[in-house]
Amino acid sequence: MIQHLQHNRVELALHTLRAGEGRPLLLLHGLGERAPARLPEELSGWPGPIHALDFTGHGNSSVPRGGGYTCELLMADADVALQRLGSATLVGRGLGAYVALLLAGARPKQVRGAILRDGPGLAGGGAGLSSPFIPYADETRPAPPDPFALVDLATDIRPPDYACVFARLAAQLSELRHPVAVCARERPSWLEAVMKELDVEAIALRDALDGYA
Amino acid sequence: MEDVPISYPGARAPDRSRAFSSNGVRIAVYEWGEPDAPPIVLVHGGFDFARTFDVFAPLLAAGGYRVVSWDHRGHGDSQHADLYSWLADERDLLNVVDSITRGPCAVIGHSKGGSMLLHVIQALPHRFTRFVAIDGLPFRRPPPDVAERERPLMLHEEITGWLDHRLRASELKRPPGTLQELAKRRARMNPRLSHEWLLYLAQHGARRDEDGYRWKIDPSLRMGGFGPWRSRWATNSLPGFPIPMLALLGTEPEPMGWGVTRQDIEPYLPRHARLEVFQDTGHFIHIERPQETARLVLEFLERS
Repeated sequence: MIQHLQHNRVELALHTLRAGEGRPLLLLHGLGERAPARLPEELSGWPGPIHALDFTGHGNSSVPRGGGYTCELLMADADVALQRLGSATLVGRGLGAYVALLLAGARPKQVRGAILRDGPGLAGGGAGLSSPFIPYADETRPAPPDPFALVDLATDIRPPDYACVFARLAAQLSELRHPVAVCARERPSWLEAVMKELDVEAIALRDALDGYA
Repeated sequence: MEDVPISYPGARAPDRSRAFSSNGVRIAVYEWGEPDAPPIVLVHGGFDFARTFDVFAPLLAAGGYRVVSWDHRGHGDSQHADLYSWLADERDLLNVVDSITRGPCAVIGHSKGGSMLLHVIQALPHRFTRFVAIDGLPFRRPPPDVAERERPLMLHEEITGWLDHRLRASELKRPPGTLQELAKRRARMNPRLSHEWLLYLAQHGARRDEDGYRWKIDPSLRMGGFGPWRSRWATNSLPGFPIPMLALLGTEPEPMGWGVTRQDIEPYLPRHARLEVFQDTGHFIHIERPQETARLVLEFLERS
């Protein structure tokens, strides 16, 4: 089942992979991906309903005109889904992991744990200072995924101190002892810094899910 | 009374206007001066629009230039876009420049427009010849004396305020009013500009609906904000800036300004840069002092 949610001029697709009672799990996909068509086996032990969001310009969500993507915009996408669900545990892959961290800091009472996993777009465009560059998209490529999303979100900067602000907010304002769980082998500098800030080690996905269930 | 065109001393409507598609977003472009004269591109600041150059641009055009500006996406007569970002604005900027010339040209940016140009020129220095920043060099002083622990909480309010705004964005409308009321409302952000000028701007920056006039700017846009970008990256890049630069500053702080002083920015400027400070002038130097600004700019373009 797909629910269509309005985020300003963009229509977002929120997929229900499994209905049920209890706290929802909300899946956030990686860069260029879309919500999984079926419930991934590794998540099937979650006791509550499981939903997956297509970010703007991806999957069944609408493709905007003229680019302009930021991770903050995708955080607002995920927030639209979060408000529909009330509260949720987030599972983010790659780009979705970074977005999950941002939302865990922004809505620390409603996000009941953010699980950060490997996947496309985890590193973004690096930690900060880089040679000036204005990426262009090949608009002749079929969408989705929107070619502008691919260039904008592969080149956006993710400074470790900026990521740590969101980690600190989650730590200060969440009712959970460990509001962020890292289940990733890839460690871009923002993620290294967040792990250091929160004093957490990587854990197995099953342990993270059990901890938040 | 409000159906009668409102004039302002020295203001002149563009000689030509057109629209084009910038990656699918309709952008309104305006020109003053002869079409075959050397081009200068003017870039307005955030929450402004190209017609704010109605006094300044004709003065440059009179100096023998084809002066081109445009309304940023979501501003003025350009289309309200689905998404907004600094990068999208920069791509629009390059699309406008490409629509005028494939050769290098001079550029002038006010406020956010200057900051955008700082990055675009360093990305593509072969496309530009001269740069004028009208209070357009980003600078932030160290944060005020707030306890380390409190800073994230202040940011948290900013973030949740923005997210709440996004949740309502599709339903938002700018409040209606008379042109007089719109001018008075704008005076809160432009406190040094005369009511007559703001009324002139309202005439061009507002549309008439059944219940009154509304500023055309996309109501989903919001002042302020947060993000990963740090102004110190731009400031630290200034010593190696690749083309001649004229930086203009005022002395009077304003809500929409960077609040940059000569002492702040001078140590970072390249040797070839020229810095001029207008006394008793605010953020909108080209509006408060159009003649002097145009004279300085024309002299810079001809001699540097």
